[in-house]
Amino acid sequence: MALFENLSDRMNHIFSKLRNRSKLTELEIKQAMREIRVALLEADVNYGVVKEFTAKVSEKALGEEILKSLTPGQQIVKIVYDELVALMGSTHQKLAVGDRPPTIYMMCGLQGAGKTTMCGKLALYLKKQGKKVLLVACDVYRPAAIKQLKIVADRVQTECFEMGQIKPLKIAQEAVKYALKNGYDTVILDTAGRLHIDEALMDELVGLKKEMKPTEILLVVDSMTGQDAVTVADAFNKQLDITGVIMTKLDGDTRGGAALSIKAVTGKPIKFSGTGEKPEDIEAFHPERMASRILGMGDVLTLIEKAQDAFTQEEAEKLSKKMRENSFTLEDYLEQLESMKKMGNLGDMVAMIPGLSGRLKGAPQIDEKQISHSKAIIRSMTPQERRNPEIIKASRRKRIANGSGTSIQEVNQLLKQFEMMKDMMAKMQKGGLRGLRALKGMF
Amino acid sequence: MGFFQKIVAGIKKTKDALSKKLFFAFSARALDDEFYDNLEEALLVADVGYEATEALISELKDEIFSRKIKKPEEARDVLKQLMIDDLDYEIPEFEYPLVILLSGVNGVGKTTAIGKLAHMFKDMGKSVVIAAADTFRAAASDQLEVWGERAGVRVIRHNEGADPAAVVFDAISSAKAKNTDVVLVDTAGRLHNKKNLMAELQKICRVVERELPQADFRKYIVLDATTGQNAVSQAKIFSEDIETDGIVLTKLDGTAKGGVVLAISKEVELPVTYVGVGEKIDDLIPFDATDFVNALF
Repeated sequence: MALFENLSDRMNHIFSKLRNRSKLTELEIKQAMREIRVALLEADVNYGVVKEFTAKVSEKALGEEILKSLTPGQQIVKIVYDELVALMGSTHQKLAVGDRPPTIYMMCGLQGAGKTTMCGKLALYLKKQGKKVLLVACDVYRPAAIKQLKIVADRVQTECFEMGQIKPLKIAQEAVKYALKNGYDTVILDTAGRLHIDEALMDELVGLKKEMKPTEILLVVDSMTGQDAVTVADAFNKQLDITGVIMTKLDGDTRGGAALSIKAVTGKPIKFSGTGEKPEDIEAFHPERMASRILGMGDVLTLIEKAQDAFTQEEAEKLSKKMRENSFTLEDYLEQLESMKKMGNLGDMVAMIPGLSGRLKGAPQIDEKQISHSKAIIRSMTPQERRNPEIIKASRRKRIANGSGTSIQEVNQLLKQFEMMKDMMAKMQKGGLRGLRALKGMF
Repeated sequence: MGFFQKIVAGIKKTKDALSKKLFFAFSARALDDEFYDNLEEALLVADVGYEATEALISELKDEIFSRKIKKPEEARDVLKQLMIDDLDYEIPEFEYPLVILLSGVNGVGKTTAIGKLAHMFKDMGKSVVIAAADTFRAAASDQLEVWGERAGVRVIRHNEGADPAAVVFDAISSAKAKNTDVVLVDTAGRLHNKKNLMAELQKICRVVERELPQADFRKYIVLDATTGQNAVSQAKIFSEDIETDGIVLTKLDGTAKGGVVLAISKEVELPVTYVGVGEKIDDLIPFDATDFVNALF
């Protein structure tokens, strides 16, 4: 995952000098703290937050016990990890559900933060949990915002309530009536983007809050925001007493320091993050996992959850049996490719594997087009070929390339990849985690 | 209202603005360590970034030493000049036919900037056509059409999901047929680390270069002034992938002051061409380095 990659790279680098050292001098620790400070500042963590963070870590790190302990380097990594977790909130905070229906979630934020897109993602997320979700178009200012929400609602197959460009409060009130009448238990209000210093528009939100009493007020923040993130979050929080934060665009190469600062300043938890352009690209935010990612320790839990989403239990059992018997065929590979599409970007997943995130710089991007090419190639093979790829010689390769609209080179590449995958699976059977390292050669 | 006044009006809205922090730093009695610490904080908080901040401070120290400067006020003028030198570029005049392509990550305000540019050229008496090449985001073309109506400009659009290069092709054909002066190309927001989307952008550029080779073709990256150091990465990668000519800096009417352009200038030497300072159609104005820096202090 590109998320926090640069920051975790830098942290990795700083810690590689500390880890496994049996003795550390005060000077070395101070040097490391300076480097951590720069890494955090370059990652757009707020200046004040950085100051406090490094002061806290330094104080703990320079304590007697640490310097005298057997593994001071490890201890410091642990201190930084603990402080990072504390900074972001310690556990994942779920969305609250209202006492009586409908539960109302109000989205707010600056222009271009990604509120409308996030409304769709959140709707889909809640739908998967069995909720019936109504999206409400309260952005009556931006040209075509209503139409955008309608299309977004369509994509996630839920309804969009709109009344054109009248007062947002009126729309919200009517929407709740409509929701009650039509059995919707959850209502998401999409509001217009506004500057936190625009008093008239902020008043509108305050009015919405007072009348609608939303279950949650969620501030949507672009994760690429710089030092100003804190000013913005603070202003929204002071006026609306927000209940949570959603970080968007975390799939860029942003170092995402804004995420670190906002919790520290507002005290409000980050609840979700947006990680891609598709409606299903939303993740529950887990501070402790994020801290691991930042420190380059990988995020196995999220990986497992993603896999659970994509594979059924049965499929997983079948696959593991095949792995044990070493009877993995191209047909299974095809099935896997299908599931992978469900799981999301391959590069993202690889980065969650401990020890790999720091070493994958410059790895080729695996895009979905390539996966569909691979699928086309396998589909152009006969069942016999899929089971015994050894029989695929020159003339068959040519036929497969023609049949799938690809080139012989691509067919060769796929066959090679498949062999490597099979090889890797065999290794994983033998070596557990060590086998995972073989993955590196794959990408 | 001129550029300077608009920016000052923006800054007045907030207590935490960079100007206050800078003002505080330069109200010091002596040029001591505390002064430099406060200055560093002021610049970092303005998103100038660690490296650019250190570079500016070390340049300032050199000047202070060589010119034997003692007073903070004099140091302030030196710093101002250093910043202006960093941001002041000679931007060649437009020639017509002109094609302007706006690119950038999601949500920076490309579509709005296109609307404002259309209005600006219209005001200059030029004929304008807009290519709605953001065929990805839901209702992007509809949004652009509203802006087109406001500015009184034709908008060429296709259906959602259509090939953006085809939209650009059509807009250029239309411009050629009607002898239009300016073609404005709106593109879909894309994160710069998505290789396939950047390739799509390159394809759009190739279509422009092939179909209108005699045109003055300017490629601008639109940056949100609230963006932090990631803007450097955005500017770098967009300029590598499509040889960007300049920056349009939007949303300067908030509390963020866009200090990241100083960091960008140090790394990629990309001039800022226009700034967005409000929501109205005429709130896009040519960038002026001196005004911009003056507004910071």
